[in-house]
Amino acid sequence: MTDDRSTAHAATSGAPAGPGDHRSGADDAPLLEIRGLSKSFPGVRALDGVDFRLHAGEVHALLGENGAGKSTLIKVLTGVHARDGGEIRLGGVPIDAADTADAQRLGIGTVYQEVNLLPNLSVADNLYLGREPTRFGLRSARRTAAMARELLAGYGLSIDVTANLGDYSVAVQQIVAIARAVDLSGKVLVLDEPTASLDAGEVQTLFGIVRRLTARGIGVVFVTHFLDQVFALCDRATVLRNGRLVGERRIAELGRLELVTMMLGRELEAAQLHRRRGEGPKGEAFLAFEGFGRHAYVNPFDLEIRPSEVTGVAGLLGSGRTETAKLLFGIKEADAGSATADGAPLRLASPRAAVAAGFAFCPEDRKTEGIVGDLSVRENIMLALQARRGWLNPLSRGESKALADRFIKALDIRTPDAEKPIRLLSGGNQQKALLARWLATEPRFLILDEPTRGIDVGAHAEIIRLIERLCDEGLALLVISSEIDEIVAYSDRVLVLRDRAHVGMIEGADVTVDRIVGAIAAEGPATAAGVPA
Amino acid sequence: MSFARSFRLSGTGAPQLATLAVILFANWLVFPEFFDLRMQDGRLFGSLIDVLNRGAPVAILAIGMTLVIATKGVDLSVGAIMAICGAVAATMASDGYSLPVILIAALAVGLVCGLWNGLLVAVLDIQPIIATLILMVTGRGIAQLITEGQIVTFTHQGLIAIAGSSFLGLPMPVVIAVVLGVAAAALVRLTALGLLVESIGVNRTASTYAGVDSRSVLITAYVVSGLCAAVAGIIAASDIRGADANNAGLWLELDAILAVVVGGTSLFGGRFSILLSLVGAMVIQAMNTGILLSGYPPELNLIVKAVVIVVILVVQSPVAGRLTTFFRRR
Repeated sequence: MTDDRSTAHAATSGAPAGPGDHRSGADDAPLLEIRGLSKSFPGVRALDGVDFRLHAGEVHALLGENGAGKSTLIKVLTGVHARDGGEIRLGGVPIDAADTADAQRLGIGTVYQEVNLLPNLSVADNLYLGREPTRFGLRSARRTAAMARELLAGYGLSIDVTANLGDYSVAVQQIVAIARAVDLSGKVLVLDEPTASLDAGEVQTLFGIVRRLTARGIGVVFVTHFLDQVFALCDRATVLRNGRLVGERRIAELGRLELVTMMLGRELEAAQLHRRRGEGPKGEAFLAFEGFGRHAYVNPFDLEIRPSEVTGVAGLLGSGRTETAKLLFGIKEADAGSATADGAPLRLASPRAAVAAGFAFCPEDRKTEGIVGDLSVRENIMLALQARRGWLNPLSRGESKALADRFIKALDIRTPDAEKPIRLLSGGNQQKALLARWLATEPRFLILDEPTRGIDVGAHAEIIRLIERLCDEGLALLVISSEIDEIVAYSDRVLVLRDRAHVGMIEGADVTVDRIVGAIAAEGPATAAGVPA
Repeated sequence: MSFARSFRLSGTGAPQLATLAVILFANWLVFPEFFDLRMQDGRLFGSLIDVLNRGAPVAILAIGMTLVIATKGVDLSVGAIMAICGAVAATMASDGYSLPVILIAALAVGLVCGLWNGLLVAVLDIQPIIATLILMVTGRGIAQLITEGQIVTFTHQGLIAIAGSSFLGLPMPVVIAVVLGVAAAALVRLTALGLLVESIGVNRTASTYAGVDSRSVLITAYVVSGLCAAVAGIIAASDIRGADANNAGLWLELDAILAVVVGGTSLFGGRFSILLSLVGAMVIQAMNTGILLSGYPPELNLIVKAVVIVVILVVQSPVAGRLTTFFRRR
């Protein structure tokens, strides 16, 4: 493992730009050049001085975990968001797209995972929507169809263009969307997770089309979280993490392990890795899941949960981390296996059932799944406890006030008072208030999905200390995180996921960044022994 | 404690109370006898009493509508439920059933209607506007089936007394509206129902993940709305001493929604105040009465109503909120 290359500083200064390192020649000025791009949203710095270079005729992977800044970068590039700082040059000329239509005129087209076309219109109409070919000033359906057939023939697609787009498979719709985007823009094509809903054969067809486009000199930005596809298709990769550039690499010179390390990072200081692992009695397992799983969601797995133990969950985006959490918390009901609590069978059919069994869950998407924005900090803190008591057994105003004040003090939630709407708090304080909501129910098993996502450095350290404190107090925790070094810092053992399956459990002294990254990056069949030497 | 909360919310109801005052004042300008009250046979008479009495059905509908809208829903079927329950009450009255039986039957029908809406919304996850549209459309047909296509009239003294009698000088519908309003406000604020309704209205996913039983809370809201519509339907039937399946409660769902919105509850769900919805209902009725009293053609009523509502909505809009903060900072 080469530590120096995985830090942001070393990576940017060591970015490869040698001659002949690319088939279209990197000596040429890049087609698209982004420098020092910054973008902030209230409470979040989504992009912080990011550089990105795309050459004509290359496929450039844009990689990073959730919240790394990929989407923001694309949205700023295509005019959805206005940038705060930095420069975007296309063919050497500074550009500033006002909206997506403007970006298309400038030459930048985008195709999203969810095809943004109209399924109830014909393929031809979709291709020429808003710029219909006319004949004597009238819209000509025949000419539109003829032009559409010709355009799609260039993509090796011979279909009835007068049929409704919605009648075709997602793959065909995607090709139509690409054809439209390229036809409209013609210089840069951004593909945002294009393969997420395609099967293997369709992916190959898509790759063929992408290669044909690059041969025509179009630069393709390819956003994905399938590493295999990065290695199969891309010439170069740029990795972002937490809104910052980690580095740009040529795929040919990049190992799988190095790429995963770049994406997941190892930035915490050694001083923070102070948790004494494996000391003290862990007690008996009080929760057991056997063959627990759900078809097409998470493969069946076995898991035992013991008090005073932190189980870290590591894996790439889409590996089944959040899905595992939602299954354990009853948001999705398992269709295989069994769960037992203290030896008695446990049916987890809803979050309500999970809460009744002493479970608690802080979801990854705080804003849409966690906080109740317009309600006060006090009401958010009391919500889970009140829900468990039922509406006929209300906490009195005095009780809820005391509860909120106690947690505001204990967790150092920074708010002027308990009656402030929670949406006005910073991300870190919202997260602490959500923790307070669950701690108020005195849970036995706490599931945290990306508890440190999108919060500032100070609050980050506080949350980690809190996790350790709760564990010392006897709580069982399951913590999902994209930050491997963070997982290493607090976990007693680490569950590794790949392709929606639990592929390994790393325990005790083996819990190191290298072992975890190795297990995540391992190729081949998902086996429990998926940890390479 | 919980009543303190209601008062706090009422405290923020300054725009609603000011609007009501302005409209009452305007009514006094066009009709100087507007505030005159007479006592006759132990009962108050006067234009002000008319406003309260005529506004009572919408006020009662607004109680249930407030809860539904606070869950980010809407109940378009309340006018039709009024027609159904009015038809039930009138038919049973003309068949000579006793008052308690009539009331229980009509309320039970309202409860079933509310339950139906609630199940569609909470269990089948149908958008509220569509789910309640079903009963809005079919409800009048059901009411006609009950009355067998006739306008049923009755001389049942017990049922006539619901709208026709008075208590402490006030017409009975006003008393019923006030009692129901206070009781509903107490129900939601003395229990945790109000908090859970607001929580679901703001973020149903997060509430469900926090263990809130979103389904039963949603069903409760629609059932309360159905019950309120049943009460309003009984009053309407009692008032005309009969049931008119085609016209009973016609378009009143829209007045009820307006009353709730004027009362400051957002159609996006969340914070609500039942008492301010009652004020909203009075604002609407005061306008209706004022235009009738002024002698202007009643068609004007709709335009004046629209203008007043636009003004109230603009004052409550987030843009206006930002503007006031902007000017306060200066």
